[in-house]
Amino acid sequence: MNSYSTFGTALHRLAILCYVLFALFPLFWLLKVSVTPNDLLYSEGVRMWPSRMSFEHFRFVLAHSAFPVFFRNSMIVAGATAVIVTLLASLSGYALSRFTFRGKYWLVALMLLTQMFPLVMLVAPIFKMLSPLGLTNSLTGLVVVYTAFNIPFATFLMQSFFDGIPKELEEAAKIDGATQFMAFRQIVLPLTLPGIAATLGFVFTAAWSELLFALMLISGNSAATFPVGLLTFVSKFSVDFGQMMAAGVLALIPACLFFLFIQRYLVQGLTAGAVKG
Amino acid sequence: MVFDATAGFPESRRRSLVDRVTRQAEPYLYTAPALILIVTIMLAPLVLGLSYAFRDVHLLNPFSGGYVGLDHFRTLYDDDNFYRALRNTLWWTGASVLLQFVFGLILALLLDRPFAGRAIAQALVFLPWAVPTFLTGLNWAWLFNPVIGPLPHWLYALGLMNEPANILSNPQLAMWGPIIANVWWGIPFFAITLLAALQAIPRDLYEAAAIDGAGAFRRFTSITLPFLAPTIAITVLLRTVWISNFADLIIVMTSGGPADRTQIVASYIFTQAFRALDFGYASAIALVLLVLLLAYSMLIVMLRQVLMDRA
Repeated sequence: MNSYSTFGTALHRLAILCYVLFALFPLFWLLKVSVTPNDLLYSEGVRMWPSRMSFEHFRFVLAHSAFPVFFRNSMIVAGATAVIVTLLASLSGYALSRFTFRGKYWLVALMLLTQMFPLVMLVAPIFKMLSPLGLTNSLTGLVVVYTAFNIPFATFLMQSFFDGIPKELEEAAKIDGATQFMAFRQIVLPLTLPGIAATLGFVFTAAWSELLFALMLISGNSAATFPVGLLTFVSKFSVDFGQMMAAGVLALIPACLFFLFIQRYLVQGLTAGAVKG
Repeated sequence: MVFDATAGFPESRRRSLVDRVTRQAEPYLYTAPALILIVTIMLAPLVLGLSYAFRDVHLLNPFSGGYVGLDHFRTLYDDDNFYRALRNTLWWTGASVLLQFVFGLILALLLDRPFAGRAIAQALVFLPWAVPTFLTGLNWAWLFNPVIGPLPHWLYALGLMNEPANILSNPQLAMWGPIIANVWWGIPFFAITLLAALQAIPRDLYEAAAIDGAGAFRRFTSITLPFLAPTIAITVLLRTVWISNFADLIIVMTSGGPADRTQIVASYIFTQAFRALDFGYASAIALVLLVLLLAYSMLIVMLRQVLMDRA
């Protein structure tokens, strides 16, 4: 079937190249401005790379701004959310994959419903609910909210990974006397490691990026996450492009690392689910 | 792995009853934490929010909270900003979904064909999806900014603009800013989903079709499209709902301006709650949005039923 002409092949590579350029250009520009010294910023406006590089913006952002605090806050929130969600979602995903039980239909319907309605609806009521509990302006509050928001999707994701693992493995273990939970923990979970990694990555990225609830629930610098900090910074120092973009590059690092780590599982994992289904 | 061979076998009737209860309860134990969180952090606020739609709830006014009946909805009925936001939502959602889908499908088809360096190309083109949305918004706002970004100068050089100006401050064009940012960010999602579906198509179908003399275009329309159709339908449906609620990019890039030309319903709700601190009115708008989205989903489900009955 591979009777493609040379022309077709060239066109294919060219199209791929266009996509890669389109995907990378904005990030490249972010990096470029962040290493451009202030005196060249306006004189060399649309040049592709500054004639002289400097890391002064990064030094300033790391030493003289609150960004290290924002960075730490976001790490704590996204990390804790990812771990808790993955733990709980692997339990509930396993139940959806292996058990038939009364109310399962309603549970799935409820989880689907949470994926359909606009979360922005919840901004006001969640603020009202959390504020008497002292959970506004707190990292714990954000972790609780993000955990709940991410569980339904993570459950479906984990379920699809569990569905790809043959039931016979656990049945053999149960014949050998293991309980269902032992079989789950010692046989199924180790086989789902790629799925667990993917779920961790998904949830971490989602929590790292969340903006609206962080804006509403957090005021002041001490508990601000990266999005809130960067946005406050932008509205306060809107002329200092070099520093803003340096901060932007820093916000990009953990998300990209996580992504490069998990991206090979994405299509693979989804395919496994699709083939089976 | 070694298991105690006797642990699974009941030693007495009492033990077997305990076992049975445990086995009955097991799925509920697995799902309980997730269920409790969803009910307290999502369902309870949803119900509370619905009640706000009929009450006067202002964050800064401690005496607010009284029942006002349908007052919010009467205000909403005469609120021109709301109707504009509704029109903007259609425009924003339609353009974003269509462009994301078309470019995502093309990308998936390109990546479905093996070539040297495919793994690295795939990692690079999927990268935008990992970029946090607030950063996507800021990054594109900077690219459109003539002081710091190249885009206005390029558009000017191509003769598409009279002067290198910021399209985000032009009421006629401003919506294109968030739409382009959204397309950049959302192409990978469609590409990943469609690529997974493409790779699940049995290869021998293509070989058989090629032997029977079907050309590339014929193979695409008779094999690829029918196989992809269910994935396309469900992805487009879910994405449409999701994007119509997706306010991050707009809030970051334009805050709904200039002159409310980029305000969508979701960002209007957020602005009412976050800036005006009018939780009651925000919840009333949210309720209307929810009803509209439900109506849309019902319509799709019914449409699907009709199509399936005919097939």
